[in-house]
Amino acid sequence: MNQPASAYFIEERHDPNETHTLAVLVQNEPGVLARVIGLFSGRGYNIESLTVSETEAQKHLSRITIVTTGTPMVIQQIKHQLDRMIPVYQVVDMTQTKRSIERELAMVKVRGQGEHRVEALRLADAFRARVIDATTESFVFEITGNTDKINQFIDLMRPLGLVEVSRTGVAAIGRGPEGM
Amino acid sequence: MSDKSHDPNQMTGAAMIVRALIDHGVTDIFGYPGGAVLPIYDEIFQQSEVQHILVRHEQGAGHAAEGYARSTGKPGVALVTSGPGATNMVTPLTDALMDSIPLVCISGQVPTHLIGNDAFQECDTVGITRPCTKHNWLVRDVNDLAKVLHEAFYVATTGRPGPVLVDVPKDVQFATGTYHPPRKSDVHRSYAPRVKGDATQIRKAVSLLAGAKRPVIYSGGGVINSGPEATKLLRELVEVTGFPITSTLMGLGAYPASGKNWLGMLGMHGTYEANMTMHDCDVMLCVGARFDDRITGRVDAFSPNSKKIHIDIDPSSINKNIRVDVPIIGDCGNILGDILQVFKAEAKKPDIKTWWQQIAQWRARNSLYYKKSNDVILPQHAIQSLFELTRGKDTYITTEVGQHQMWAAQFYGFEEPHRWMTSGGLGTMGYGLPAAIGVQVAHPDSLVIDIAGDASVQMTMQEMSTAVQYELPIKIFILNNQYMGMVRQWQQLLHGNRLSHSYSEALPDFVKLAEAYGGVGLQVTKPADLEGAIKEMISVKRPVLFDCRVAALENCFPMIPSGKAHNEMLLPEQANDEATAKAFAGGKALV
Ligand SMILES: Cc1ncc(C[n+]2csc(CCOP(=O)(O)OP(=O)(O)O)c2C)c(N)n1
Ligand SMILES: [Mg+2]
Repeated sequence: MNQPASAYFIEERHDPNETHTLAVLVQNEPGVLARVIGLFSGRGYNIESLTVSETEAQKHLSRITIVTTGTPMVIQQIKHQLDRMIPVYQVVDMTQTKRSIERELAMVKVRGQGEHRVEALRLADAFRARVIDATTESFVFEITGNTDKINQFIDLMRPLGLVEVSRTGVAAIGRGPEGM
Repeated sequence: MSDKSHDPNQMTGAAMIVRALIDHGVTDIFGYPGGAVLPIYDEIFQQSEVQHILVRHEQGAGHAAEGYARSTGKPGVALVTSGPGATNMVTPLTDALMDSIPLVCISGQVPTHLIGNDAFQECDTVGITRPCTKHNWLVRDVNDLAKVLHEAFYVATTGRPGPVLVDVPKDVQFATGTYHPPRKSDVHRSYAPRVKGDATQIRKAVSLLAGAKRPVIYSGGGVINSGPEATKLLRELVEVTGFPITSTLMGLGAYPASGKNWLGMLGMHGTYEANMTMHDCDVMLCVGARFDDRITGRVDAFSPNSKKIHIDIDPSSINKNIRVDVPIIGDCGNILGDILQVFKAEAKKPDIKTWWQQIAQWRARNSLYYKKSNDVILPQHAIQSLFELTRGKDTYITTEVGQHQMWAAQFYGFEEPHRWMTSGGLGTMGYGLPAAIGVQVAHPDSLVIDIAGDASVQMTMQEMSTAVQYELPIKIFILNNQYMGMVRQWQQLLHGNRLSHSYSEALPDFVKLAEAYGGVGLQVTKPADLEGAIKEMISVKRPVLFDCRVAALENCFPMIPSGKAHNEMLLPEQANDEATAKAFAGGKALV
């Protein structure tokens, strides 16, 4: 491989990328989200989806769900880097536990008339999407499911007059009686 | 008035800051005043327990605090004003983060009601310093201040040490609230660094060590950070196992350079024997080091046939660059103690005679060789003389960054930890002079020498004024090659000898400069005069700028060319033009 002359050892890595969903329990204090996001941008990690909300108000705990991609070594790094931040209580790799459920909510606006409109409604029904707003020439659908299902629904709506989409990002939780 | 006024714990935020410093045993701080910290300066004025050293630039305060911390094992403290005061701290904070130095920086901030308004000397200090601190805080309520200050000291000094910053708006400094002394509940419950190593991993490590035929111990700054016990245990482990030991730049002094198992430093400018031992070993014990890219060379060719044990307090250091076989997370001292105990009980010293014979052959290559001259001072010779003449004295060495730094690491023998302060991870030119000030403040009667370069030393030269003011007799030993030597070396090796902007044009007269500051200037140009001049420098009890004119074009060898492995080192005697061209022709061929 031709390398540019450099003071650094430039290397290419060929490990395949994996997608992981991480649940991060943090102290809800000013700047905590900026810390987490700064870690990802500063170290060149990917964020595919990020969801955050306070989950235990009394204890000032927030839960951040991050979907990220990287080689297994990078995913490991991400978990360690998150874990060593001072306000981070716990990092759980929901993908690794294999016993987790992931959901996302999307609101999908579709504009059209006649046959397109009927077709959009029919598909929405098949995907268990609800109509939450309607005019004579448009619908807003609410759909919940995993990321694949939502992507698929949006793809189907595209030729039928897709106007815009608003998505919440992924939330994840483990199956069974135990907490994280 | 309520009876709260008689409560001794009722005080202003500014008073709390000084009180917290005292409660944490801080006796010296480094700082620079400004509008947003005047209430704190007012408190400093009215007490005598904490001595304040006034620097000439906030970067100097940060590096001085680093030097203080590294030479004592205690946290260094810096105090700066808002805006430019805080932004001038970014370099030392980053430097301390890279080298795991405990630093507590207190910065003033504009009053809370002005935050976000682009007020005079406002900047988003916590935003700017978030990626260059271990943690930072903006305190909006005076009643949170005591807790935050105590937590700051705790976070800076425990686990993997590092810099922290507490940003205190001016109104919070003026406001009155309740102070409390340090207590356990001040710390985030989410912060609990692991100290003790896992027992099964320790057993695995011992069985690898006991079965090793070609072992090596590779130690780093973590051993020094862990404290004197870790150093003692590391030395004992070397003794008990009989293993060869090398160290990173940051780890020098943990094992004595005069010790019989010492291989010298490893890495890009490490010795041939250290790098070859790393490359060919079958078991590697890495203690408190992080497989940094200056150490490993080409990652996929790094020590290809060894089982690797890695002791580190920071889990994120494990498997970051190099995949290891037995990671042990925890404090080096603690884990070394456990390893020793198990080793002594269950294993015996492996027979590694043939391995030592092999190492002796590598050593015989004499990779630090250089040709002395009677006409011109060789920089290596200058360091060797400095070492010989300060040997046995109570000496601390700091450095700037460049060739002189690598020569100092190669030719100055460190016998004890905490004696060697250098900017390793960040490579900050301008570190050494203010760091020497910090060291001298902590050790007023010791000999403190900054081994400097002519370019680096100009980056923080203004701190000579600080040294003169506080009568700190630091010695700035400049290896003056009239070049940014390290930059020139790379340009010669990798950029077709096009010496773009690496010549030190218009150098000041360092002797006159020293005198202008009220210090002492010395200059030496001939090898014959070197010894006498160094002796004079040592005997002068005032700050000295020592202009040591050295061979201008000398380069630093041995060297692992970029993109090469440990066993592809370029040795000094081979470093003629042709061999150099070949060695560096892995990638884009040299022009
Ligand atoms: C603040 C900073 N800027 C730039 C560099 C890049 N750099 C590394 S070494 C060097 C030259 C140092 O020259 P000098 O201090 O004279 O030391 P020498 O290599 O000649 O011994 C430079 C510019 C750096 N390390 N730090
Ligand atoms: Mg120079």
